Amino acid sequence: MADNTSMTTDQRNIMKFDPKAHEIALSTEDLHVFYGKSEAISEGDLQFERYKISALIGPSGSGKSTYLRSLNRMNDRIATVNGKIMYRGLDINSNDIDVYEMRRHIGMVFQRPNPFAKSIYENIAFALRQRGMNNKQELDEIVERSLRQAAMWDQVKDDLNKSALALSGGQQQRLCIARAIAIKPDILLLDEPASALDPVSTSQIEDTLLELKQNYTIIIVTHNMQQASRISDYTAFFNLGKVLEYAETGDIFTNPKVDLTNDYISGNFG
Amino acid sequence: MNAKRADKLATGILYFVAGLVVLILVALLGYILVQGVPEISWHFLTSPALAFEAGGGIGIQLFNSFYLLFLALLISLPISLGAGIYLNEYAPQNTLTGLVRTTIEILSSLPSVVVGLFGYLFFVVQFKLGFSILSGAFALTVFNLPILTRSIEEALANIDDNQREAGYALGLSRWETVTKIVVPAALPSIITGVVLSAGRIFGEAAALIYTAGQSAPALNFSDWNPFNISSPLSPMRPAETLAVHIWKINSEGIMPDAKAVSAGASAVLIIAVLLFNFLARWLGKRLYKHLTAE
Amino acid sequence: MDKIRASLLKKSVATKIERRGKILSLSCLALIIVVVFLIFYFVASRGLATFFENHINLWQFLSGTQWNPGTTGTNGQPAVGALPMIVGSFLITILSALIATPFAIGTAVFMTEISPKRGAQILRPVTELLVGIPSVVYGFIGLQVVVPFVRNTFGGSGYGILSGTFVLFVMILPTVTSMSADALNAVPRYYREASLALGATRWQTIYKVVLRAAIPGMLTAIVFGMARAFGEALAVQMVIGNATLLPQNLVSPASTLTSILTMGIGNTVMGSLQNNALWSLAMILLLMSLVFNLVIRYIGRKGKLNNER
Repeated sequence: MADNTSMTTDQRNIMKFDPKAHEIALSTEDLHVFYGKSEAISEGDLQFERYKISALIGPSGSGKSTYLRSLNRMNDRIATVNGKIMYRGLDINSNDIDVYEMRRHIGMVFQRPNPFAKSIYENIAFALRQRGMNNKQELDEIVERSLRQAAMWDQVKDDLNKSALALSGGQQQRLCIARAIAIKPDILLLDEPASALDPVSTSQIEDTLLELKQNYTIIIVTHNMQQASRISDYTAFFNLGKVLEYAETGDIFTNPKVDLTNDYISGNFG
Repeated sequence: MNAKRADKLATGILYFVAGLVVLILVALLGYILVQGVPEISWHFLTSPALAFEAGGGIGIQLFNSFYLLFLALLISLPISLGAGIYLNEYAPQNTLTGLVRTTIEILSSLPSVVVGLFGYLFFVVQFKLGFSILSGAFALTVFNLPILTRSIEEALANIDDNQREAGYALGLSRWETVTKIVVPAALPSIITGVVLSAGRIFGEAAALIYTAGQSAPALNFSDWNPFNISSPLSPMRPAETLAVHIWKINSEGIMPDAKAVSAGASAVLIIAVLLFNFLARWLGKRLYKHLTAE
Repeated sequence: MDKIRASLLKKSVATKIERRGKILSLSCLALIIVVVFLIFYFVASRGLATFFENHINLWQFLSGTQWNPGTTGTNGQPAVGALPMIVGSFLITILSALIATPFAIGTAVFMTEISPKRGAQILRPVTELLVGIPSVVYGFIGLQVVVPFVRNTFGGSGYGILSGTFVLFVMILPTVTSMSADALNAVPRYYREASLALGATRWQTIYKVVLRAAIPGMLTAIVFGMARAFGEALAVQMVIGNATLLPQNLVSPASTLTSILTMGIGNTVMGSLQNNALWSLAMILLLMSLVFNLVIRYIGRKGKLNNER
């Protein structure tokens, strides 16, 4: 098998959607990402369907996080991103796009929970107030709704004025999800949101994401293959800065077309 | 054998040296407090100084020190905050930024007497502010800017980048993220830095003798209109501070009880610096607790 | 749908805030830089006038031993010889650093290597506190304690280089100690463990491993202390005697650049040679502070290189 490796790396199987049957929320075309001179993403072209969960999997260093962070231009200052990121018919990877406005529609939740050193209430209300929403009643409603959607309202409704940093790790991460959806984005990007959490918190977060799918397009990076198979509709397999396979999750996990995908999901490397 | 003996000998010497240093430092503190504290009384702290007879106080000088401190912080804090933010959040990592940092470092290492002389040329003479509170406050600002900028920059740098990313991901601009999230999170260490720098300003004399002046005209403490020259708030009056006072009465040698007054004033200075130190630690801890848990 | 599309192509509030904030913070930084240049410009414009307007020879200024700018010296030129002050400044700086160094390093080693617990609990807070003591207080104590002590022990008036050295020694001791302790603390733990594991005694470990690794940091501490000593004005002025004579011994009244500056600026007329000559002294101070800065930088860069190797 050893002499097959060179051949297998050229193997690729990337699904394209029929635009008539599927609504595409976000897609990338000819995306390349460089850190200085070294290329982190050499080929990563995917389409993401609206109101579905798409998972990005792959070994560490495969470029899946870099790819995700490029989608709402969180990499702007640390990397060079070439290529198109299409959203609502616009290439959002261009200078004409107001990047701050764009991020209100493409939100993000990070690997390590990062609540602000503020109260639980302020964590959610802060960004809204910053954009001029000062109606107390309206803010109260949004805070409650967001916390409910993140399945933590009942636990914290009496402690809204307590510091968010006093929450447990799992609660902090759900607060971060609540904070992200409070500004009603279109698309939610999640970068290994459960990797720092215990199994119970992880499964709660997964339930939350399955709930949110009704209103949000979700793209999630995970190194946990069970997680990808449990919650996602589509899965993309990244290796060495390239997408090697993108298909319906069921297909990827039961019948991968690319040898390396098979090796990875059966635990042979990564 | 030999190595062991050398080890014992060296340890003994180190104990001796450290002990000696502690002795010197403790004697220093003890001397000031023992000589000075008995001089401190309500009368001493509140009555004006007397030039040619004994029994004067340090009331006006004490007020001047605090007023100058307040003004200097009022001017230097926003500037340092802005500069610290730019350096830590915006400045690209290139040669120019390196040069800017070097320039600030040079400013912080300038002898305070040079800062005072510049203040004299620039504020007192060039801008015709005369020996005044305002000139003094500006000189202290120049003296304080590099230190405060540095400590604010450090405080900001210690805040985890994930706080910034959280702000950006919500569509907030960098400026909003820094001023509303990063600065509040760094507040405990910023406050500590400010209070520590306040201690330095409070005891500074060399930068002030040719800017705020060496005389403390009588003040009318019932007149709080800053536009009247005898008002304590008037920014245009000359204002000898406590530290300048100690220097002046010792180098002039007219005041008959100069030694007692200096001892008392020194003790007040030391106690103030001590208080600033404790305040800095306490406030920092307190605020940090407040931020992380309720 | 279209609303979002349109909003993406417009400048958002956040973008406007961002631009304003960036400009605001940049101007703060620019202001500080401008101040530094103003300081250099103003001091230099006055200090250079001695040479360009009053046509004093630079060499004569640096090497002359008579300082009385109002009068003409033995050579028929105005007496603006700054050598006594230059020598005075360097002498007290070097002497006080020489005395302070062994004490500071010894204490720092004690604090970090011999008794870290006591070091952290007592010594460190005390030294850090003493760094903040105002220099006039040091001057006052010098006047009350050091000058009489020197007078009684060595004779003379008690004012002079020796008293100045003692005062500066105590003044820079806390600074040098706490910076040296930082340098020692920065030496990685495994250096010590490796050395002790090889059977070296504690002293051998300290002397051969820890101190050696901390050399750049400790040199920085010493130079930093010297810069502070060189620039100190009032504490020195109070105990040195302020006689503009080349110091013949350590107990005769002498002067430093800073002491003559503090005494003279208020008593001379702006624009006169007497005044310009004082600004030339200030310029020397400014340049020396640059030199100290460069040295610290050089040590820092060297230390980094050595550690990388």
